[in-house]
Amino acid sequence: MNSRLQKNMWGYFFIGPFIIGFLSFTIIPMVASLYFSFTKYDLFTAPQWIGIENYKKMFSDDPRYFQSLKVTFIYVLGGVPLRLSFALLVAMLLNAGSRAVGLYRTMYYLPSLIGGSVAVAIMWRNIFGDEGIVNLALQALGLDGIRWFGDPGAALWMLIFLSVWQFGSSMLIFLAGLKSIPQSYYEAASVDGGNYFQKFVNITLPMLSPVLLFNIIMQTIAAFMTFVPAFIISKGTGGPLDGTLLYSLYLFKQGFEYFNMGYASAMAWVMLLIVAFFTGIIFLTSKYWVHYESEGR
Amino acid sequence: MSSAKPRYFIYHIVVGGFAVLLLYPVIWLLVSSFKESEDIFVTAGSLIPNPFTTLNYAQGWEGFGGYNFGIFIKNTVIFVVWMLAGHLISCSLIAFGFARLNFFGRGFWFAIMLVTLMLPYEVVMIPQYIIFSHLGWLNSLKPLVVPAFFGHPFFIFLLVQFIRTIPRELDEAATIDGANTFQIFYKVILPLIVPALATTAIFTFYWTWDNLLGPVLYLNSPEKYTVSMALNMFLSNETVSNWGAMFAMSIVTLVPVFVIFFIFQRYVVEGISTSGLKG
Repeated sequence: MNSRLQKNMWGYFFIGPFIIGFLSFTIIPMVASLYFSFTKYDLFTAPQWIGIENYKKMFSDDPRYFQSLKVTFIYVLGGVPLRLSFALLVAMLLNAGSRAVGLYRTMYYLPSLIGGSVAVAIMWRNIFGDEGIVNLALQALGLDGIRWFGDPGAALWMLIFLSVWQFGSSMLIFLAGLKSIPQSYYEAASVDGGNYFQKFVNITLPMLSPVLLFNIIMQTIAAFMTFVPAFIISKGTGGPLDGTLLYSLYLFKQGFEYFNMGYASAMAWVMLLIVAFFTGIIFLTSKYWVHYESEGR
Repeated sequence: MSSAKPRYFIYHIVVGGFAVLLLYPVIWLLVSSFKESEDIFVTAGSLIPNPFTTLNYAQGWEGFGGYNFGIFIKNTVIFVVWMLAGHLISCSLIAFGFARLNFFGRGFWFAIMLVTLMLPYEVVMIPQYIIFSHLGWLNSLKPLVVPAFFGHPFFIFLLVQFIRTIPRELDEAATIDGANTFQIFYKVILPLIVPALATTAIFTFYWTWDNLLGPVLYLNSPEKYTVSMALNMFLSNETVSNWGAMFAMSIVTLVPVFVIFFIFQRYVVEGISTSGLKG
């Protein structure tokens, strides 16, 4: 009996920091955030209960909110599939080659390594400028340069390209997944006369599906929360014409520029629900496409 | 035999060429930082700075408001050191608890931890700010570094996975020798998880070095700015003439990231491949 108590005490001694941190930096703030979401609060005067006004305003009386939702959905639904497809394609290319792959792996990973920095956002801003190298390249190909900062749609694609450019970390995960697929599966398929496409659909994709599931979920959540590139590239405005007003940026502006803490809290809760909804959908559909090896292996 | 060589050649042209294309913007940034500011967009297509100048670095280093870039780097290093201490101590303790000890509620708390892994920061951002402002912690590093001493789900998960690969016989042998639970952690497990701690340290460094939202929220006097905030300031003060200085300081902030990567490449690649850490 005594030893069982002792075991529990040791357990909570070690994970104690996590529990304390979870309560003080996650649970209490979340409860507070839920409360603030039903109030009008500017940080300087006491919060004022206004019921569901914030939520009502969001969906009926705030065109910028809809704009930020739209922009964020395009960013997530455009960026994540492109980024993961690139990651998978390059991982398969690297997996097929034998020599010098280490060097290539490093080169492809580097954009991911530095991609979250302000320096890279500044760089991106400048290569897409009117006289930047992207337009120079387009002109060299005989195309017209694009005014990336003049058109809200183009500006958003500039952000999506930045996210796709950083496919390296997903590529590393896929590469590790590809290496763990037994070569004998492919050999057996070859004997049966399977072509590249059949091998990809029947062996590579199913074997890789657990890794794919993990990546889709983590990348989708991360994409919904993207802040730095939109903040830097638009110089904090979300412009042009709110074309890069990602959800996080609008939330930040509502909270810390206009001091609508209640409204921003309500936005945060809606975001949580959206992310939970998407994660749930991905999990639910996963049983139809994710293949787990049987325990016996 | 005869077809192998051209295929290799094409493979390297395609894969290598694409890699160079991807890195071209970074190379362009580096080269541009050595061009005279007014030349950068005039000769944007050229990778040879003519004339070659290091003036941008001298100008950029001066910073703004009387605070030079050395101060911003020092601030960031202090920030990194606190985050390292916080993550390494707390995550190794917590991970040991989850991976090795049997106690009531372990499964529950572990599940909670995995859920917090997916929780958007935005949900706690505003109330945390309000709480920290009531504590009088604004304009200090405290709101940023204190939470680090209570663990980070990514690194706890990484370390738990790593500890699980260590044979339990080692713990049992130490118990027979009279070691208590803390001694098993400190003397048996801790020395064996150094590689995973290295991964934790490297990614803590990257995320802290690049962190912009945290410092933007909590630091408001220039003498406390981190490098990412200083770069942001450069951008907001952008005038046509100081692109060069801004590029030069961008390069300065990227150098430590590259250096750490090339020294510890193995831990970075393994950390991502095995745990799915986002780099």
